[in-house]
Amino acid sequence: MSMGKPLPHDAAPLHVTGQARYIDDLPFPANALHLAFGLSTVAHGEITGVDLSAVRAAPGVVAVLSAEDLPDMPDCSPSAHDEPLLAVGTVHYVGQPVFLVVAESHLAARKAARLGKITYRELPALLTVDDALAANSRFEQGPVIWAKGDAGAAIAKAPRVIEGSFEVGGQEHFYLEGQVAAAIPLEGGDFMVHSSTQHPTEVQHKVAHALHLPMSAVRVEVRRMGGGFGGKESQGNALAIACAVAAKATGRPCRMRYDRDDDMVITGKRHDLRIKYRAGVDAEGRILGLEFLHLFRCGWSQDLSLPVADRAMLHSDNCYHLPHIRIESHRLKTNTCSATAYRGFGGPQGMVGIERVLDHVAFVVGREPLVVRKANFYRAMAAAGGQPPMPEVSRTDGETTGKPWETSGQKMSKAAKEGEVDLSSRGAAASVGSHVLPPDGRVQTTPYHMPVEDFIGHELVAELERTSDYAARKAEIAAWNKQSPVLKRGIALTPVKFGISFTLTWLNQAGALVHVYQDGSIALNHGGTEMGQGLFQKVAQVTAAVFGLDAGQVKITATDTAKVPNTSATAASSGADLNGMAAKAAAETIRGRLAEFIAEKHQVKPATVKFVDGTVRVAGEVYDWARVVAWAYQARVSLSSTGFYSTPKIIWDRVKGTGRPFFYFAYGAAVTEVVIDRLTGENRILRADLLHDTGTSLNPALDIGQVEGAYVQGAGWLTTEELVWDGKGRLSTHAPSTYKIPACSDRPRVFNVALWGKPNREDSVGKSKAVGEPPFMLGISALMALSDAVAACGDGSVYPALDAPATAERVLMAVRRVEGV
Amino acid sequence: MALAFLLNGTPVRVEGEPPTRTLLDWLRTSGLTGTKEGCNEGDCGACTVMVTDADGSRALNACILFLPQLHGKAVRTVEGISGPGGEMHPVQAAMVQHHGSQCGFCTPGFVVSMAVAHLNGDRAHDDALAGNLCRCTGYAPIIRAAEAVEGSPVPAWMQADREAVRVLAAGEAGVFRPSGSDELAAWYLANPDAVLVAGATDVGLWVTKQLRDLKPVAFLNGVRDLQAIEVQGGQLHVGACVTIASLREAVADRLPSFAEMLRRYASAQVRNAATIGGNIANGSPIGDGPPVLIALGATLHLRRGDEIRSMALEDFFLEYRKQDRRPGEFVAGVSFPEKADALRCYKISKRFDQDISAVCGCFNVTVEGGKVTSARIAFGGMAGVPKRASLCEAALVGKAWTEATVEAAAEAMAGDFTPMTDMRASAGYRMLTAQNLMRRYFHDLNGTAVSVLEVAP
Repeated sequence: MSMGKPLPHDAAPLHVTGQARYIDDLPFPANALHLAFGLSTVAHGEITGVDLSAVRAAPGVVAVLSAEDLPDMPDCSPSAHDEPLLAVGTVHYVGQPVFLVVAESHLAARKAARLGKITYRELPALLTVDDALAANSRFEQGPVIWAKGDAGAAIAKAPRVIEGSFEVGGQEHFYLEGQVAAAIPLEGGDFMVHSSTQHPTEVQHKVAHALHLPMSAVRVEVRRMGGGFGGKESQGNALAIACAVAAKATGRPCRMRYDRDDDMVITGKRHDLRIKYRAGVDAEGRILGLEFLHLFRCGWSQDLSLPVADRAMLHSDNCYHLPHIRIESHRLKTNTCSATAYRGFGGPQGMVGIERVLDHVAFVVGREPLVVRKANFYRAMAAAGGQPPMPEVSRTDGETTGKPWETSGQKMSKAAKEGEVDLSSRGAAASVGSHVLPPDGRVQTTPYHMPVEDFIGHELVAELERTSDYAARKAEIAAWNKQSPVLKRGIALTPVKFGISFTLTWLNQAGALVHVYQDGSIALNHGGTEMGQGLFQKVAQVTAAVFGLDAGQVKITATDTAKVPNTSATAASSGADLNGMAAKAAAETIRGRLAEFIAEKHQVKPATVKFVDGTVRVAGEVYDWARVVAWAYQARVSLSSTGFYSTPKIIWDRVKGTGRPFFYFAYGAAVTEVVIDRLTGENRILRADLLHDTGTSLNPALDIGQVEGAYVQGAGWLTTEELVWDGKGRLSTHAPSTYKIPACSDRPRVFNVALWGKPNREDSVGKSKAVGEPPFMLGISALMALSDAVAACGDGSVYPALDAPATAERVLMAVRRVEGV
Repeated sequence: MALAFLLNGTPVRVEGEPPTRTLLDWLRTSGLTGTKEGCNEGDCGACTVMVTDADGSRALNACILFLPQLHGKAVRTVEGISGPGGEMHPVQAAMVQHHGSQCGFCTPGFVVSMAVAHLNGDRAHDDALAGNLCRCTGYAPIIRAAEAVEGSPVPAWMQADREAVRVLAAGEAGVFRPSGSDELAAWYLANPDAVLVAGATDVGLWVTKQLRDLKPVAFLNGVRDLQAIEVQGGQLHVGACVTIASLREAVADRLPSFAEMLRRYASAQVRNAATIGGNIANGSPIGDGPPVLIALGATLHLRRGDEIRSMALEDFFLEYRKQDRRPGEFVAGVSFPEKADALRCYKISKRFDQDISAVCGCFNVTVEGGKVTSARIAFGGMAGVPKRASLCEAALVGKAWTEATVEAAAEAMAGDFTPMTDMRASAGYRMLTAQNLMRRYFHDLNGTAVSVLEVAP
């Protein structure tokens, strides 16, 4: 059985020897051209003059394109059709592409791109959420508000009211392989596109749209990305479109990759935001009523900001039952790069909000933070008296209102009005139906009225408390702090509950294609993309298991829109869930045909045929797999099949904020211990203990890799990774010299990682759970541990109110607050 | 006239390339695409290669390594870390076995850094890998892989380069590459507008980021007499072309706090290339070498033609990016006391490893009989130049070494600097932290734990 084995990443031997090919490593024809963008230098301005003569005259330049050369300007947006490939008339942020250089070499293109003389009439730039709020500059007409119960009344009646506001920084993806694409003209005006994208179908769609081709004329292939993290869900569109446009204009293959600084300046990042909160609590710290205000800085274009901000709202409860809650979310439009998808897709922002509230509440009521957290947990299913079955919701439910893209009470985007809905993108602002499931009496519901049926927070946290020795260490740290005047340690345990499914319901589908060749070898293709997460290996393991083979017998092939169409982005942690199921379905179809064939030969029932250990067992005979395949081929049995999967049970009305947007929840918890220096704010993670729920793991080694990596990346978001813009809207931290992702020594000195290991109660692939995003939020424990350490510098009267990222500077300022300086 | 070096064990000759062509660009356009470009500025390590010369094998960033710097040396890329028959190096096998790669893009760089450390018997993995960024794994499995191969035999092909470069007949490089400082001095006097390239860890970025065409250029890595470290009369005399890596070794036992600061100076790849002369001549207000050396009372030696002059290092830095260096004059070396028991160097940055200091404070206070008899305190990141905290020093000298004196000195420091706000820190944080480093120093000398890096979980 190949499923569940801790196999290495399928490409690991290629990675370590330098043989793994990324797009820039592919052999291109010698006449291939190289592209670079000329970028805007002002945050907001009307273009008054474009002098590209020096660019055109530069050595190696073949063509230069600007808005006047492209009257039919291609659009790069995954949502609102608001991202022209090149600025038209107005620039909206520093770094916006204004013109495109096509040259004989990468260096020639980069050099020429700096020679453009663009003049602007500068316009007032909205750089901060305060600027945007004051100007009422936003996406959607007003804030999105979801409520359950009556938060205002509950807070008014509460014994204690705790209020606060804090800043949460954004995050640069810093995929090691920068954005890259290439387009090769084919016969008949067709195009082959190589793109480092998590979303080949979206690139196919956008390129086809730009060139006025049917999608069938554009083929997109993705073998692997050198990291994605959400940064390659929509941000690669511009490069692929530019390559296609330039390839069409010149008739030559075109390649484009961003230099690292360009990449960081041009592309979107995790949304930063301000979170305000007001909680009414009792003496034990139970939250009776809660109000959140989210101020999201979305940047200049809509991109995926609406579903990102939605997901923040959807994770504002985390593991806590909030009977009365109101969440108000503003999606503010600013003259900065367009914030985009990033691992967790708003979930981390929502979750850090509620964890901050719990931390603050515990401080004020003077109780141990973990005790307060547990007092607010959702009811455990066991305590609630069993596991009530969920009614299966039909996808053609009678209550579904009209077509999926007709959203009741929602302002339609311009594109949608024109009928140009981006069906493949989750940026599309739409909902499916308004069917709300009746809450079961015994089950508590989320702020969006979804019953929480699978809550395992109590057991999981209890286990982690035990294995991490939390209580004893907490006491030891308190004693240590008493005798250490300069250095202070802190510890915190935070849980994670993360919803699995795309909130845009129709994206929860996947296709796969499995071929069995006459020699018994197998080729696997599916709609998911490989960005390092090990998706291909997991799906190969699932596929091999169907045939009773080893994973190594399944040839993994590049994602290719010509093989499996209409793929959803490899995002929302859904890759293995969706594509694993689709591949399983395809493999089972072929296995069924083989079973039927061989059963008939032996005059037994197909169900008695077993595919085990590379053999086919039927009627007491044991045949080699390859032999049976050869026979089946000769008997003219089809040995190829597609497979398809759509996630059951989910339904969601994003306008009302009600439904069951998630098939299930993935859980986890982390204990982080830190030390800070009260004189400089220098801080470091000493130890982390993680326990994470991946259901019955498809591959524990890959899952542990995801958990470890996600934790470090999550902790980086909240500690050293600081994005700084200057007063003119220029990003000051546009290279690894100034933007500091965790380095080797920043990982916890003691790093204990374990998987929960109990099966998913839902019928997911192999009873596993999605793992890409959920463990990212384990990093929140680092911020809360820092808060604990800062609090140790004071007398308990002033809450640290630590902003994120908690750089040494922010920690020192918080220390001074609690010291009363 | 051609550049000659060994590439994965095979001699190559390169002609007709501009002198500032980077090894990375050349490798990738030559079809060796295993070496990756992650940042093109020496900060991510995806392009790490192994370079071997008579002094040994080192990891270097190929993105800021110009081809002429390789003349007469041996280069081994990730492709050459595998054996001639394609067999995996132990670190490669361990990386597979321990799940050390995810997206795989940083992996070739890690593999090379790890193979170099393995070859050199270096087990300080965090230091060896501080210059390799990974965004996927969280590093833990990579360290597990590195630890797993500690002590395993070094494959023969990894040791072959050392012998091969000894017999490599490199010939003329076709670029100006002096073999001694006399030759350099004469040439530079005649070409005062030339760019002197030692390690290229900063000049490299003029090419890869500013896209400048540099000429004429002199490559200094053959100037052996400037690579010497001598001890004489209690002073260390360090030639300008001594790399930070060699300097770190030289001060490891003599000046441990200086060595600890150099452990955190950039990364292994950068320390293997960067020179102390470059760090000084560059004149950056945020270089980490000058504050330490000023606190030590270092003397700088400059040479112009046959004329040599010396000055206190702090006098060299006139104002932001302006030094007391005449056309045709170059930094020849620096001298400083080999012992200073009270020296403490504090580097404050957003990230501990491979980051540029927001504030770098270096303290060297002598206390005799309870009284401060001398104080040298210098900072980077607090002014347009590396600068002494004169008022702070004055508030200490002659006073009793007490908390009250230190408080007064910290307060006095407010008059020494008017720091700026940038992406690394605010002016307010810089000032407060600089003052608090004075307080930290007092705690430190009293034996109180002051470093978060020294706390064990």
